[in-house]
Amino acid sequence: MLEGILLGLQTAFSVQMLLMVIGGCLIGTFIGMLPGLGPMSIIAIMIPVAISMGDPAAAIILLAGVYYGAIFGGSTSSILLNAPGVAGTVATSFDGYPMAKQGKAGKALTVAAIASFCGGTIGAILLMIFAPALSSVALLFHSAEYFALMIVGLSAIAAFAGTGQVAKALMMTILGLMLGTVGEGTMFSLPRFTMGIMDLQSGLGFVTLAMAMFALPEALFLVLNPAASETGKSEEIKDLRITRTEAKSIAPVIGRQSIQGFFIGVLPGAGATIASFLGYAVERNIASKDEQEKFGKGSIKGLAAPETANNAACTGSFVPLLTLGIPGSGTTAILLGALIALNVTPGPRLMIDEPQIFWAVIISMYIGNFVLLVLNLPLIPYIAKILAVPRNYLIPYILFFTLMGAYIGQNNATELLLLVAFGVCATALRFADYPLAPLLIGFILGGMLEDNFARSMQLYDGVSFIWERPMTLGLLVISVLLVLLPSFRARRARLRSAGVADGD
Amino acid sequence: MTKFNLGRRALMATAVAAISFGSPMFADGHKVLDSIHFLIPGGAGGGWDGTARGTGEALTGAGIVGTASYENMSGGGGGKAIGYLIENADSNHGTLMVNSTPIVIRSLTGVFPHNFRDLTLVSGTIGDYAAIVVGKDSPMNSMADLIAAYDADPAGTAIGGGSVPGGMDHLVAAMVMEAAGKDALGVKYIPYDAGGKAMAALLSGEIKALSTGFSEAVDLAAAGEVKIIGVTADERVAAAADAMTMKEQGIDTSFVNWRGFFGAPGMPADKVAMYQKAIDEMYDTPEWEAVRARNGWVNIHNSGDDFKAFLEAQETVIGDLMKKLGFL
Repeated sequence: MLEGILLGLQTAFSVQMLLMVIGGCLIGTFIGMLPGLGPMSIIAIMIPVAISMGDPAAAIILLAGVYYGAIFGGSTSSILLNAPGVAGTVATSFDGYPMAKQGKAGKALTVAAIASFCGGTIGAILLMIFAPALSSVALLFHSAEYFALMIVGLSAIAAFAGTGQVAKALMMTILGLMLGTVGEGTMFSLPRFTMGIMDLQSGLGFVTLAMAMFALPEALFLVLNPAASETGKSEEIKDLRITRTEAKSIAPVIGRQSIQGFFIGVLPGAGATIASFLGYAVERNIASKDEQEKFGKGSIKGLAAPETANNAACTGSFVPLLTLGIPGSGTTAILLGALIALNVTPGPRLMIDEPQIFWAVIISMYIGNFVLLVLNLPLIPYIAKILAVPRNYLIPYILFFTLMGAYIGQNNATELLLLVAFGVCATALRFADYPLAPLLIGFILGGMLEDNFARSMQLYDGVSFIWERPMTLGLLVISVLLVLLPSFRARRARLRSAGVADGD
Repeated sequence: MTKFNLGRRALMATAVAAISFGSPMFADGHKVLDSIHFLIPGGAGGGWDGTARGTGEALTGAGIVGTASYENMSGGGGGKAIGYLIENADSNHGTLMVNSTPIVIRSLTGVFPHNFRDLTLVSGTIGDYAAIVVGKDSPMNSMADLIAAYDADPAGTAIGGGSVPGGMDHLVAAMVMEAAGKDALGVKYIPYDAGGKAMAALLSGEIKALSTGFSEAVDLAAAGEVKIIGVTADERVAAAADAMTMKEQGIDTSFVNWRGFFGAPGMPADKVAMYQKAIDEMYDTPEWEAVRARNGWVNIHNSGDDFKAFLEAQETVIGDLMKKLGFL
């Protein structure tokens, strides 16, 4: 193994490879900042370039650089514009955007950069140590476990709801689940709820819905409710520094989420999205009561958790790709296609047949993460200045990128109509103080939940998988605890305080 | 949920293609057409996209066609592009739409309001056989083993695939089991939304066998992950000479997932003939051979009336099977 690592180091540290990583990271970061262009689309754009280079190691290093850059860039639009371009950065906007609104955009971007760096780097170390061993773990999960994992993800929604908002959050979740059923499901060959409209046949697009729930209402809200948006102070934007106490408070979060995120990422199909939601929920649940209050209102812990987790999960998703040849996500599926086109077949034999490629990829992950940090920290003040742009210029800019993001994702003008229609509804809901994040989470997880449930039902001819598979049962118990624990805690606290007040 | 059909990507790819294939584009006498516009009913990066761009690359590279342009029109699982071509038939005489087996299946189920008879049939160009594979550690080594396992425990012998129930992978599994004398309805088919997830399910033991495309199966077998236990070709295919055909194993069935090109309804006969000539000449060029080999495609060429007869035969077979399975 050591020999392989040295070989990988030798390959990855050549001038050409370093240029590849730097180039890839830069391209990824800048394109990734545009909402609507996630890692998957950017990698697809870069594939012809990578393949034309002919050298598989250089190509995969370039693509891995683009991948990391895009994930990193994606969090920028979540934080600054509340416009998550990919599902994995939705949770980033929960606390990142409130921070930016409070004038702490620079700090938020710095926290995101550091959390991403740590998540990616710790993930890469775990990948190096565990990749060969973990390939079998990835296969322990059957459809039944994926179903249970989605339930855990959904039950974590309780964590996103503020006090007294649980009922509203649940309603929004169910609405999201319902929207997720539009179109042709995997399990049924007929379209559902499309009302005969052909454009709905493939279902609603994630980017469209994400823009409609987050970015568009934000812009409309700023127009309709100018007073609420005057809080940002431009001089604070330049303040990047994280205080010692802040660093201390996020260090354990980063440590935990790097590991948790990585292991969730290893499961094919779960990936960065689930990792970031669960990371957020777990950190919120174990935080102290005061800190819990801050979640959703600009807590740096709430920002660091999903950012660390989604980067660690992205690294984790390389485990099934490199060791089993199984792409766990759309992005890794595209990477797999690129590798095959370069005559490299990922699988159990890759490490033996072509160790220089296997290890060069892993080594390039360290370099990629490091390069990203070095490139981005000095750029943050300039990027953050976007928010110092006067509102009457900024709002059209947000609207433009929101609409463009939805259009280039699908190349279909109907998406624009859907975006505006949903955006107007979302704005109304926002004025009524309904949380919109649970809707989006329900939408994202709903499809996977249904598919895996239906598959398990078919495989077991009923619901017996729930008690026949211990891991499924275990995950379901965890989800029940996730739902009950906060309300139990709140109830106990209420009883206690009521008891004191009544004097009995 | 992660369906990204990217116009921008298409643009970039076209730009790259234009740069890299611009140079050998000298007119060397056998130019048949000035230009072709390809309509792709799905997003960039998919099977249809690869077929259209690969064909365009070979045609322009060999100098048969001057320039090729591409348009991705996703929506309705491909139905939107078909509708567009029919509604705007008069202005689309310079357009070829790529399509494949699903146009037959989805027209039968009524998901598409149109079928291939509403279009001008130009030519079927390539195809891919289907294959049944099992994990490398599976005790099964042939279709006979799979059928024995099915007889012993029908409910426990689930076969997975990457298409919806009633889709191609399901139909192949059902077709094979029926040809082996079993009840196609009894086959437990488990659908996955992507090939990678179906693969993971096969390796984890959730499903016992996987119905998939032959070229994908060859890649997986090369990686040492799976054993191919049956191919739906009439004869063994060179890309995996060890893999037995269904027919060799006494299962009298064959299946080709074809891909080909269609024109707008009412396309003038001389235009159709020119497109067919261009595609005809393409097969003998080294440029096509390079594209074909790179993608692992099998040349299955049916032009004009042959194409029509082929599609009608496939429609009958698939239609009968779908009726039996209860999808029609």
